[in-house]
Order: sequence, then structure tokens, then C-alpha cells
Amino acid sequence: MIEKYDPLKGEMLRILHPDGRLEEILRPDLTDETVQTLYQKMVLIRLADQRALALQRQGRLGTYAPVYGQEAAQIGSAYALGKEDWVFPSFRETGVIYMKGVSLKDIYLYWMGNEAGQKVPEDVWVFPVSVPVGTHPLHAVGAAWAAKLQGEKICTVAYFGDGATSEGDFHEAMNFAGVFNTPTIFFCQNNHYAISVPRKKQTAAKTLAQKAIAYGFLGIQVDGNDLFAVYAAMKEAREKAISGGGPTMIEAVTYRFGPHTTADDPTKYRQDAELEEWKSRDPMVRLQKYLKGKGLWSEAQETQIKAEAEAILNKAVQEAEAVPAPEPEEMFRYTFAELTPTLEEQKADYLAFLKEKEN
Amino acid sequence: MAKRNMVEAINRGLTEEMERDPSVMVLGEDVGKEGGVFRVTDGLQVKFGPERVVDTPLAESGIVGTAFGLAVKGLKPVAEIQFEGFLPPAMDQIMSHISRIRTRSRGRFTCPLVIRSPFGGGIRAPEHHSDSPEAIFAHTPGIKVVLPSTPYDAKGLIVSAIRDPDPVLFFEPKRIYRAIKEEVPDGEYTVPIGVAKIIREGSDVTVISWGAMVREVLRAAEMVEKEGVKAEVIDLRTISPLDDGPFLESVRKTGRAVIVHEAPRTCGLGAEIIARINEKALLSLTAPVERVTGFDTVVPLMKLENHYLPSPERILRGIRKVMAF
Repeated sequence: MIEKYDPLKGEMLRILHPDGRLEEILRPDLTDETVQTLYQKMVLIRLADQRALALQRQGRLGTYAPVYGQEAAQIGSAYALGKEDWVFPSFRETGVIYMKGVSLKDIYLYWMGNEAGQKVPEDVWVFPVSVPVGTHPLHAVGAAWAAKLQGEKICTVAYFGDGATSEGDFHEAMNFAGVFNTPTIFFCQNNHYAISVPRKKQTAAKTLAQKAIAYGFLGIQVDGNDLFAVYAAMKEAREKAISGGGPTMIEAVTYRFGPHTTADDPTKYRQDAELEEWKSRDPMVRLQKYLKGKGLWSEAQETQIKAEAEAILNKAVQEAEAVPAPEPEEMFRYTFAELTPTLEEQKADYLAFLKEKEN
Repeated sequence: MAKRNMVEAINRGLTEEMERDPSVMVLGEDVGKEGGVFRVTDGLQVKFGPERVVDTPLAESGIVGTAFGLAVKGLKPVAEIQFEGFLPPAMDQIMSHISRIRTRSRGRFTCPLVIRSPFGGGIRAPEHHSDSPEAIFAHTPGIKVVLPSTPYDAKGLIVSAIRDPDPVLFFEPKRIYRAIKEEVPDGEYTVPIGVAKIIREGSDVTVISWGAMVREVLRAAEMVEKEGVKAEVIDLRTISPLDDGPFLESVRKTGRAVIVHEAPRTCGLGAEIIARINEKALLSLTAPVERVTGFDTVVPLMKLENHYLPSPERILRGIRKVMAF
């Protein structure tokens, strides 16, 4: 199906309209029960985001990049992946990495300034978030290439934003993926701003998805605020990847309702009217309308879902804050597999200093 | 036993490791059909096939960034960057990711890989083909930096680099790629990473160097011997982690030291070596430590190259200076 939407012609996959109407003929294999569950996850992530912002304002958490507005793009895409698929996230993927098995406690722990939050469990295939923009799609391509050589039927996904498509490494990654036909999905959340610079100033191209065409593979634009469309495109791209069909680029067209990070003031670079227009396409509201039409959503249910989510978040925050600050030795331990003599010396000297200070 | 130059020795090391471990693969520009512009990977693609010896698109960050992905997924990539002058596009991947992943994931993910690159001047090459950027990487936590100066060490060190649990930058002194032939045995042996070697014993002055400069230092040592000065020569072989034991011990004995490197002087590795001598052997010194190095300039083209590179005569002058102090 995804090959039917030509980004050069401005065609975009949309299944759930902003008014809650569903194109039944395009409906992917999502039961209403699953949709309800995914909606609950979206609520959880929206609240998790708000909690992170509140904690940051209280000085209990460091700089944080909110997902607000991109919940459908994140939850829908991650739900389409297999447990063994590898995800290479950027720094704005709380929803994705949570869906792939990283706990909210660990997510908070990382943003609270403890690297241990990125030590994911052994059976979770989520890479640490990549802060240098656009550098990690190459990693997804390399890992996918390895999987192909190892004969494993998995795919890898690089998650990044519109700004990343201006970085050179993004292009090298797309090119390598095309040349070596790797099972890689380039999942771009075009949220229209790279901090303050609007999407139209990143590239003169009409769409981001069309960039894939130049590298010899398929690119598709989907309505990123449509859970169904995001899931459907991702699922198909994944099936194509694991059956040897090579890479795909998905541009999920969405909008960042919040700031770039807690250090940013978006009123400086965008108009309220634009924000309001996008809020009318809120991925949550759209899904509420759909579920309400099916008799599966009510104010009372919403209140309950939120209460349950808050309880989960309370626990996650409590657990993250209960983790003691790591010992100073921890700083040295993971530079190499074994401490070098020089590092041994620096560590011993610093620990001696700490001891002297105590006495 | 077979006599081999450094190109042949590294080729032999790569071949044996690829035979031993099916996860080892080679990737880079022109490494396959061409066998590398210096022929270091000659014949490997015929022997191991195009899936294990891969001609990549011309993109250094792409080569190193995908090598990172290959490594974290369990393969052992040996990536070639054709000349050190083309490392800058790959430095973001090296400094931002390769050197950090173990720390960032608290050991959950690691990327044992090797990046090979010829380095240094002296071959009458075009611009961007004669640099010595090793100190930049020695200043980067999380990556090891190895620089052999003999064929025997080159084979033993490339094998160690491939087996190392951490990423290794393997600098090959292109000027002496084919200049030295020595016994390089077939079959398994390793030279440990992080271990310097005393390659000439002496009692009057310690001369510390690495890479292509080692040969120039040995020539200077012979020259100064005629003046009755016995120079002890140390080949660092690895600059990160830096094995300071041998040169500190030597300086405690000789009381004098000269450091020789091609790279620019300011913030070169020589500065770190002097700092360590100051910290741990200051009272043994009978003269200030001398540096004989390239200059804080862009490496000149061939007409001036020999003025830039430390020569045996310039090294001799440095040794005489510390002896006369």
C-alpha cells in the first residue's frame, strides 16, 4: 500500500481523519481493543511528559525534550515493531522507547542525570538516545547491515526529526542503506521546527519523504497525528525490510505543541494561530472522537485512565528518585573494558582527595 | 620464516584473523577489488568474498558510522580511512559515539572495531595526505591509539586490535610501509596494546618516539654514538593508553630526554610526555627535556616537506643540546 502514496505529488497516507472518521478500507490490523490500549499509552506518555516538565521546573530533573503532540507518531510506530527489532532514538522519543520496553523509571533516571538510565535490560533493543542530531541513522544502517549478514530477520529503525535531514550523516546513512539494501526504516517525525528554525528553512524540497527517492528507495508521507496511518506504514515498511525488500523512509507529519526543550521559549519563533490550528488536529482528540463513536470513550473513562497513569508515574518518579547518585568510581569504570593504568591513577588520586576532604 | 614489509605484515594479520573469526570484516574505499591504495587489503576480497571485504561509497563518516552499527550488532569491522587527511569527516562518529557508547550505556552496548589509517609525511604526497593527527585521538577518552613502527609489531598489533574489546585507531606510518623488511612469522602471535618497547639500550639520554620517526631516531642514535653518547630509544607503539613506565624508568637512569614526533609541537603528545616526566621523574633530570617535532604549521607540500619533518640531523642537534646543558 505504501508505494501508492507519491510524496512528489503531495500524497499522504491518512486513515483517521481529524473529525474521528475512519477510512475503513485502509484500516490496518488494529482491533478496537488494541486501539483503546494504545490510546491509554498515549495518555500515559502525554502525562509522563507533563510530569517531566514539572520536575524540571522544580529542579528535580535536567533539560528535557517533550513529546507533546507527537504521541500518535511515537506509539503507533513503535507498536508496529517486533521485540527483536533495534531502535536508535533521538532525544525526543519517550513514547517510542517506553513502548520498546524501557521503563519510565529509567527514562526519568537518565534525564535526572544518571547514565544508568540508558543501561537498558539485556532483552531490550533500544540504543541510548543520540544527542548529536542526525548522526545515529548511520548506526541503524550498520546494525541492519550486520543483521542481514547474520541472517536475522529483524529490522532497525532510526528515529529523528526534520532538522536531522539537513545533516550530512543523514544522507550518508540513506545512501549506504540504499547501496547495501539494508533492513532499515528511517522514521522522521517532521514536527515542523528544529528548535526555532521552521521546516521550510531546512530544505527547499517539498517533502522530506521524497529524499528517499534520490537514494533509490521508497519514501512516504503519513499523517503523523493519525495512529492508524503511522502504524500501517510502519508495519508495512517492517515487513518489507525483514523480507529483503530494503529500506524505507517514513515522514510522519506532525507538530510539536511544546518547546524544543525545557530551555526554550517557542513564542519567540511561532504564532499562536499556527499552534491553535495544529491543536485542532491533536492526535489524542482525534482518537477520542473515534473511540467515542464506537462507544468506547467517555469523560468518566478518561478520568480513570488518567488516574491510573498518574499512579504509574508517581511510582516511576519515586523509584527514579530513590536511586542513589552513583559512586564517583562509576565515572572511570566504563571508559574501556578495563581501567588503564592512567585511569587507575586518576581514580586513586581523586578518591584520596575525597577521603582527605572527609577527614 | 618469511621476510615481510609492513604492508605485507598487516595484510597477513588481517588474513589470519579473518580465517580465524568469521565475524571479522573489512570495509572502506577501494579496499576490495583494488586491495587498497597502498595494497594493504590486497587479495582479501578474492579470498573472503565481497560480503566480508566491502567497497563502500565514498563517505568517511558513513564508513565509520556504519562500522559502529556493525560492531554493536556483533560483527568485527576493520574500517579503512584511505588517508589520515580524510579522518575529519569521521571524527564526529569517533568522538561522539564510538568512544562513548560503553560509558553512555554503562556497558550494555560496546563497539569493538578497528579504524585503520595511513598517517604521516615523507612520501611526496598531495595536500591532506601527510598529517599526524594522533594526539587529537589520544586526547579523546574511550578510544585506543596504536602506531606500529616495524612489520613484526604491525602484524602483532593489528591482531591485538581486532581482538580488543574496545575501539582501536590503528595508524600506519605510510612512509615506512615498504621501507623495512624483517622476519614476520606466519601463524598466531600478538603484540600487546599499551606496551612500549625499548628498542635500543643506552645510558646517556632517552629518546622517545613512535611511527615513522623511530627509524630517524635510530639513525640519529648511531650518529651520536660516534660522539660517545649512548642513546636509549623507546618506541611507544601505543599512545593511548600511554605506557609511561619504560620512559620514566629510562629517564631516571639517563637524566635526559628528547621526544621526537612529526605532529605539530603545541599540545602534541610530547607535551604530555614531558608533563609525566615532570610529575614522576623531575628530580632525575639533569637537563630540560627537548622536543624535536613538526611545526605549528600546515604540513608543507613536497618542496618543503623535508624541512618540516624531523630529520636525523635535527634529532642529533636535539640530543647534543640536552647533552651539553
